[in-house]
Amino acid sequence: MKDFLKASVAITALLASAGIASAECGIEKGSVRILSNDFAALHAIATAAETCASDTVKVTKNQTSEHKNIQVPALTTNPASYTVAVIATNSVVPLLTGDLVRPLDDYVAKWGQDLQESQLIRVDGKIMAIAFMANAQHLFYREDILADNGIAVPTSYEEVLAAAKTLRDKGVMQNPLASGYKPGWDLAAEFVNTYLGTGGEFFKEGSAEADINNDNGIKTLETLKEMSTYMSPDFVTYNANEMRPIWEAGDIAMQIGWGSVTGAYIAEDSPSPEIAKATKFAAAPTIGGGTIPSAALWWDGFVIAKNISDEDAEASFRAMMVGISPATAEANADAAVWLVKGYEATPAAVGVVADMQGGARPYPMVPYMGLLHTALGDNLAEFMQGQESAEQALADVTAAYNTAAKEAGFLD
Amino acid sequence: MPHRTFLAFIWPSLLAMVLFIAIPILSVGYQSLFVEHPQMMTEVESCGPFGCKTERRVDAAAMSELRAESPMGRYNGMGTYTNPSHLAFDEVGAAWRGSESFGQFLRLVMNLPFYKALFFTLAYTFIVTPLVIVLGFCIAIAVNTVSARLKGPVIFFSLLPMIVTPLIGALVLFWMIDARGVIGATLQQVFNDPQLSLKASPTLTWVTLFVYGVWHSAPFAFVVFYAGLQTVPQDTLESAMVDGASRWERIRFVTIPYLMPLATFIALMQLMDNFRVFEPIIGFSAEANATSLSYLIYSDLRSGDFPLFGSAAASSILTIGGVVILLTPVLIRTWREFKRKG
Repeated sequence: MKDFLKASVAITALLASAGIASAECGIEKGSVRILSNDFAALHAIATAAETCASDTVKVTKNQTSEHKNIQVPALTTNPASYTVAVIATNSVVPLLTGDLVRPLDDYVAKWGQDLQESQLIRVDGKIMAIAFMANAQHLFYREDILADNGIAVPTSYEEVLAAAKTLRDKGVMQNPLASGYKPGWDLAAEFVNTYLGTGGEFFKEGSAEADINNDNGIKTLETLKEMSTYMSPDFVTYNANEMRPIWEAGDIAMQIGWGSVTGAYIAEDSPSPEIAKATKFAAAPTIGGGTIPSAALWWDGFVIAKNISDEDAEASFRAMMVGISPATAEANADAAVWLVKGYEATPAAVGVVADMQGGARPYPMVPYMGLLHTALGDNLAEFMQGQESAEQALADVTAAYNTAAKEAGFLD
Repeated sequence: MPHRTFLAFIWPSLLAMVLFIAIPILSVGYQSLFVEHPQMMTEVESCGPFGCKTERRVDAAAMSELRAESPMGRYNGMGTYTNPSHLAFDEVGAAWRGSESFGQFLRLVMNLPFYKALFFTLAYTFIVTPLVIVLGFCIAIAVNTVSARLKGPVIFFSLLPMIVTPLIGALVLFWMIDARGVIGATLQQVFNDPQLSLKASPTLTWVTLFVYGVWHSAPFAFVVFYAGLQTVPQDTLESAMVDGASRWERIRFVTIPYLMPLATFIALMQLMDNFRVFEPIIGFSAEANATSLSYLIYSDLRSGDFPLFGSAAASSILTIGGVVILLTPVLIRTWREFKRKG
């Protein structure tokens, strides 16, 4: 009966989106050119937006993981190469800094009836972006393995480490943990997640001066290092994407991973259905007796380019309204944690929702955060491999950040 | 050749060289003297799905005015060259004064990003280049003795590493040496050490990169030497045989001296190529243990929200300087030979 219900909901949703397609979104004229990252939820959105194409409305898309590197040059040209840039908490910052996106207040007033207040990203009172999904890293665990060994679902890093030790001591798994510790973006993201859990701030109040070489920073690094002792010896080369095949091979019992990929982990057509069935999600662990999950909350949204004609901007906004409509979210409920009206959390969304409810903090949106992220990514590897102390690693990060921030004009 | 005729022949390539080599290098050099304008910051309230917060933002309008005034940015002179990310004069000086032993000084200097990268780059260049020349020569000698019928296929297989796209070749090997890959798992079995990882250990990563470098470049040396071998004068070889020279003596006293200019040519090419080592670092995800000068440029331009053009330009100029220093001895040698012949 439940399956029947599910099926009928899906069919209704499909019919609903088909209905929108035939309505042609009501756009008269214009060109919609979408630049976005490359994952399931964004595919669904772009496909829905493409249904707005007609003889007079052209919709094209470029979905690539390189989007972050081409967005600024692409939107700087006049007219801009793309009318819509799909962005996230961090990638919107360079666009705002470069003054490359237009305020959306008028468009929201006219065509934004489906939007909720929480979706509107306001900067200095003006709506600059529309968010449609939330993302965060959280705990993935194998329910069967934990239950078989009498381990409760861990809520703190201390418990994760204890559980890993139990599994290793019992001979269940030599390396039960995984996390994206590849030096560069991934390792830095793990540092940011864990550091946020300590309650620390990355910068001194009201300045661009980094403030991570402190007890919180050291606690964070020590935790990451201890986690790594329960990981495959190749942990330094794994990023977020490379963990899935290992998980599906049944070689990991717990990992920290992204909410946006959970759908694939528990998909019914997974190559190892037994493991998919036993895969569950929970909030990111707390750290050092803290109370909030150690995870940065991210939102994904879109902006409309400044350097395009008003006609194209209008067409783009309306096409994106179809793209992120409640119908799209309903038809692709497993693909993301939607911020869209009418969305109800699915089993795949449990982790991100738990992070949000647990009070996890958002990824900092200050313009120099990207520089600190890079400095973290470049300078933590030696510590992780036991070649230098935590203090030295954090001092190296600070030095690298200071140099870059000076060159970028944020520090004197 | 009269100078006028020479000029008539050379000017198209000269023009191309000025347009595509000299001008870009000059522009990179000019760029390296500038950094971004100081950012004008304002405090604004920003709201999103996770609540509101007062945050610092760049004042885009004020910045675009500044940029319109001086589009190159703020003049920084040689500041970028001497900052901690490059030559780090202050840090090296402090390390010299603050360390008790030379070993400690070296350790402190090797912790600076530029010197770390330079050390790996030099190690790679000076280990891979001679090995490529020796191995390429050996393969060429071996292939030259294979029977005519087999020569075609043997040459083809010897060239394979060069035919494969560098990045693909690196990735194939990367997955083979993974702890779960063919080579990695076998090594763990052989040495009976489940924690053995070619990817995590710095030394083994370096060795892997060197091996890959030799594997990838040896065919180039092989092709050049093989072509050279076809022109070794047969009568000299035959008279050496008449004199009773063994096979080794013939190679040592006839073939090698005859092919020496080719070895110089290969050394020249390989020194340049290896000094710019980049793809294997990306392919092997070796950033944690090995960075090269080219990797520094890449990382300045790509990671982070703002490409650091000044920093990347300074690294580029330093790399060019490094290539010039490396090639000078070889070039002087070639020049002397040229003069001698002239």
